[in-house]
Amino acid sequence: MDTVRTPKEQQLIISASPHIRSDESTGRIMWTVSAALLPATIMAAYYFGPYAIFLIALTVVSAVGFEYLYQRGMNKEVTVTDGSAVLTGLLLGLNLPPTVPFYIPLVGSAVAVVLTKQLFGGLGFNVFNPALIGRAFLLISFPKLMTIYAEPTAQFVSMDAKTAATPLGILKLDGIGKLMEVYGDQMTMYSQLLIGNCAGSIGETSAIAILIGGLFLMFRGYISWHIPVSFLGSAAVLAWIFGGKGFFTGDPILHLLSGGLMLGAFFMATDYVTSPSVKKGQLVFGVGCGFLTMLIRLKGGYPEGVMFAILIMNCFTPIIDRSFKSEVFGAVKVKKEAAKQ
Amino acid sequence: MALATFKGGIHPPDKKELSKQRSIIPAKSPKRAVIPLSQHIGAPCKPAVTIGQEVKKGEVIGSPEGFVSSPVHASVAGKVTGFIECPSATGRMVQAVVIENNETEEWTVLKDNPDYLSLSAEELRAKVKDAGIVGMGGATFPTHVKLSPPKEKPIDVVILNGAECEPYLTADYRLMIEKPQDVVGGLKVIMKIVGVTKGFIGIEANKPDAVEIMTKAVADEPNISIVTCKVMYPQGAEKMLIKACVDREVPARGLPMDCGVVCQNIGTAVAIYEAARFGKPLIERVVTVTGEGINEPKNLMVKIGTLISDVVAECGGLKDNTAKVISGGPMMGFALFTLDMPVTKGTSGILALPESEVTHVDKFGPCIRCGRCIEVCPMGLIPSMLSVTAEKGFYEDAKAYNLYDCFECGTCTYVCPSKRPIVHLVRLAKSQVKP
Repeated sequence: MDTVRTPKEQQLIISASPHIRSDESTGRIMWTVSAALLPATIMAAYYFGPYAIFLIALTVVSAVGFEYLYQRGMNKEVTVTDGSAVLTGLLLGLNLPPTVPFYIPLVGSAVAVVLTKQLFGGLGFNVFNPALIGRAFLLISFPKLMTIYAEPTAQFVSMDAKTAATPLGILKLDGIGKLMEVYGDQMTMYSQLLIGNCAGSIGETSAIAILIGGLFLMFRGYISWHIPVSFLGSAAVLAWIFGGKGFFTGDPILHLLSGGLMLGAFFMATDYVTSPSVKKGQLVFGVGCGFLTMLIRLKGGYPEGVMFAILIMNCFTPIIDRSFKSEVFGAVKVKKEAAKQ
Repeated sequence: MALATFKGGIHPPDKKELSKQRSIIPAKSPKRAVIPLSQHIGAPCKPAVTIGQEVKKGEVIGSPEGFVSSPVHASVAGKVTGFIECPSATGRMVQAVVIENNETEEWTVLKDNPDYLSLSAEELRAKVKDAGIVGMGGATFPTHVKLSPPKEKPIDVVILNGAECEPYLTADYRLMIEKPQDVVGGLKVIMKIVGVTKGFIGIEANKPDAVEIMTKAVADEPNISIVTCKVMYPQGAEKMLIKACVDREVPARGLPMDCGVVCQNIGTAVAIYEAARFGKPLIERVVTVTGEGINEPKNLMVKIGTLISDVVAECGGLKDNTAKVISGGPMMGFALFTLDMPVTKGTSGILALPESEVTHVDKFGPCIRCGRCIEVCPMGLIPSMLSVTAEKGFYEDAKAYNLYDCFECGTCTYVCPSKRPIVHLVRLAKSQVKP
């Protein structure tokens, strides 16, 4: 028996099917989400000035730096170009008050990138949203620095800005009456909150800028509506029912537009790694986030609850994923037939 | 009206324009045909000829062993010169009969029987079996077995698969354009064999001319309807096509016959027609030779046993930048390690791709749980977890994620931003745990 001989004039690539792939990549996703945060970043520059931009830049650079140092130090492949550290840094930066000293971003990004992400195995393996753990760590370690907010006037260059309370802070301490006093009337308040003319973390104040970025991501298919809509929707309903003096007298619009709710719902709760991957589970996750946010805002010690709400729901992600599996093709029919017999 | 389809799926660039205008032309008859004795799922044939024997075209050279098997016929007239081991597209070595072509192209007796539809179902099924017909979409399951559903599975619908959802391939498309009556004839034979009165031909909407021609061809056939399906990979997968055409779901792990359907490929239908009418065995098939790496893309009628290298040569050869040659389509085909292997009954296409068109990634990233694979999986699985569990060696866990419901269409792998070889990992897991 002789065999058909194989001429070697061509070096053919052998690999498993499929032989073609889409041009989507992890890097492109991360860079696109970062780009979607551009409107919020621009509004931050407009309202909080160059120092805020310096803080954001410092957080981004240090996040990338820490990832690089960790991976080099541990002899791992350096993956900083995939953009995930940039995105983590950017989100953390946007979540800082505009007056913090320079070492705050450094501590925050070290916690976010090294402690929360790399020590758990790197991209894809972290349980918690890195930027939010970074911020939670800072809030607990530097409670004072992390709660000094500034007036949204781009005049200042460093920390000596005029401090101001956030709308949610006023709401918590002095009630809705005081908030009305500050803004004059309801419509003015809404419009100011919408464009971001209020005190708050650097990138969370301008609801409209975040919304533009979030809708862009939805339009491009990078995030689905499930988490943002269920998150915002449940928070709004709870704010309406329980947010006022009596039932059904709360102000859902005020709650939606203030604090970190928009940024959280579109950019933090939708983090692929730490949120459920099946749509039904995402709805549960979003409702959970909305519920916990309003629980903390209305009954908790902090004026704002988005961060802890998302972090707590991150814990539930594996069990949600396991409980809400997608429906296997043909499985329904098998069940129906089993029921018949 | 929304076009018929299923849930999930993707839109890879279809690239059919490379070869869709090329009419089917006969390829050169090979000087030496290398005809594998195993060209189907099931038991290989045992040789029915001896070295030195003269054979005519269409003569049986391998006889089936058992029910799930299918005979193999000589595709050229000439002298049997040997039995060799030759590589197959999947990488296995198979036994093959070598026939030196004497260029006479002499057939065994073929008889035209225009009244073929008046034959009984049994006679027609026997003709299909004797002609060695297998599923020509690539799965190569013996067709007569598929056409013999057990009594407890009543069949009421036959669907012909004209979706041809694999990018690049145009073999079935050309058959529908050039031989619509043969396709319809084949469908009628199948309907007669399984005793049903309702037939469908599902065609993807990116082939409007095929839809038009086939619609005309069935104008006088009240029992046959053409279904225009949405352009969506994998529309041509049996389960997806059935869902689109008659809105039935094949039960998980089940077969089309479990929901009363028999599916056949367009090429198979034409072969069935030719077997029923002329008694012509399956010794040649349409092969789309295409891809950016082929100098002259063509749709060729190739004799089984012609070496792929000869077919490629007939299409002007490979361009210098060719990096990969695939038997079948780019989504489910097999990368070839040599071109010196024969075209078989399952070879729907020969695809040469340059480096720029193949994403062969040595490195892949971790799963970032983006959920794209879950969105597109036509079977409603969670491919991300299949790949993660298989990668870690937790094969039993993969089974809990419905490992055996996956038919390896590659949709998940196509969309994965981390370029994870999900299908590959699924196959690994399947090799490690029993269903």
